[in-house]
Amino acid sequence: MNNVLSDLSATAPITATVIVSLLLVVVHSFTREFKTGLYWMTLGGILIGIYLGVVTFHHTGYAFNNMLMIGGFASLMDIFFLSAAGFTILLSRPYLERTGGHYGEYYPMILFATIGMMTLATATDLIMTFVGLEVMSVTLYVLAGWTRKVKESNEAALKYFLLGAFATGFLLYGIALIYGASGTTNLVGISENMEALKGNVIFIAGCGLLLIGLAFKVAAVPFHLWVPDVYDGSPTSVSAFMSTGAKGAAFAALALIFSVKFQFMDSQVNIVIALLAVISMVLGNVVAIAQTSIKRMLAYSSIAHAGYMLIGMVAGTEIGVSAILFYIVAYMLTNLGAFGVVSIFEKENRKNLEIEDYAGLARRRPVLAALMAVFMFSLAGIPPLAGFFGKYYLFLAAVESGYTWLAIVGVAASLVSVYYYLRVVVVMYFHDQSSEELVLLPASSMVSLGLSAAGIFLFGVLPSLLINTFRNLF
Amino acid sequence: MLSINYYLILSAVLFTIGVVGVLTRRNAILIFMCIELMLNSVNLTLVAFSAYLGSVEGQVLVFFVMAVAAAEAAVGLAIVLALFRNHVTVNLDEINILKW
Repeated sequence: MNNVLSDLSATAPITATVIVSLLLVVVHSFTREFKTGLYWMTLGGILIGIYLGVVTFHHTGYAFNNMLMIGGFASLMDIFFLSAAGFTILLSRPYLERTGGHYGEYYPMILFATIGMMTLATATDLIMTFVGLEVMSVTLYVLAGWTRKVKESNEAALKYFLLGAFATGFLLYGIALIYGASGTTNLVGISENMEALKGNVIFIAGCGLLLIGLAFKVAAVPFHLWVPDVYDGSPTSVSAFMSTGAKGAAFAALALIFSVKFQFMDSQVNIVIALLAVISMVLGNVVAIAQTSIKRMLAYSSIAHAGYMLIGMVAGTEIGVSAILFYIVAYMLTNLGAFGVVSIFEKENRKNLEIEDYAGLARRRPVLAALMAVFMFSLAGIPPLAGFFGKYYLFLAAVESGYTWLAIVGVAASLVSVYYYLRVVVVMYFHDQSSEELVLLPASSMVSLGLSAAGIFLFGVLPSLLINTFRNLF
Repeated sequence: MLSINYYLILSAVLFTIGVVGVLTRRNAILIFMCIELMLNSVNLTLVAFSAYLGSVEGQVLVFFVMAVAAAEAAVGLAIVLALFRNHVTVNLDEINILKW
């Protein structure tokens, strides 16, 4: 009993989020029209979770019989995903009120997904990896189809669900084979007799299948087919959350299992990941150029960004993984901002989603256009924004571990990407405006965008704040 | 007692049937049933390994898989239902508003 209590308090951010989300469900079932209260309760719960993450930072180790990591890396992950959830909540409320679908269940659902992300990112047992991934995914299937009267949203949910469940099958088969080869599902236990497992065919097949399952979640080519449709069809606030939180959590799990902590990677797996990185970067960036819808453009750019982050996986060193973590933060802030602008600009019935609709926005809403420009520049990787240092650290890690060719491909791919990011800026600033309609700027969305932009500038000017913390983690 | 290989081969065959079914069928419900077949073939693998290794972890994971599969079925059928109300079809070839 004492053990359970101390484990629960060691994983305090997750415990607190679970309690708050269940409380929200209970409160909502008694008072149907209490949405403002739910909104503030959710934000309060997230702040408590972030505070607990800061408090537990220095107490590192494992909890629940080596099933979850605590402190250090785990606390940082908890803080990231809770912040992403907070930004999403701020963006969601005005968006859902405007476009329909503002149901009270939305708030606990976002927290459930966050719990899944935190569990997935800090799991040190394959059972927990599976449970965390599924808690996150099943919640996101529901959220993708949240606006249930919109046909596109239905379609996005069905596609995400079928392909997600399909990928889960591969992930599970991989876990089963790894279990069969090593006799345990615990990553700590597996990494202890890693020497005996090197070259074991069943183990390598298991790692490959596990990689497929996680590559699907991070949206790497060739497992990306769901991404454009799902990001496009889902409510924009949900796309924002999916493209940042879900991707970040899957990357954290991938980095933890294959790279720095448990070293599942051998040279053959490394070549596969390098190939995934190259085709993700090339295909994502090239297809993004052809897009006319801003959400689909961001979806393909998200595939390309998965490719950049996989470079850090290939490098495999602590520098590589800390670069991935930095990139996750930079990408989270930037993409939450970019999708946030899209969610403010979107009209009922999926209007205003084409890039051309942004024409002349700079004259109508200079602040919104300036924020969008910042996010686009950061995605393109232009200094002094956080996106630049994210790419810089990733390519540096690749060069230092002897993968210079991969860094060159990455730089070339991000040069291509500048074209379609800047196109949005050009349309906003230099094209004649298509309508006189004023866009409403809801306060809470603007707070979220302002915080994202501030974070992008902060970590762009002082990247050492974060990167030094990450490098001391392992 | 049968050797573990028979169980592993059977579950690999079942898993492959599931994968092929997902790739060839066009009806959302049938695809979902094939995915369930994949999950259950994994359960068979886990139980076989668990008995062979004499460790309980595999069977614990099987319970988690069953619980998750049940949750997925609930969510999945709800999604199919919502979709059917708007599109009046569950054939994937006819559900194609989103494309580039």
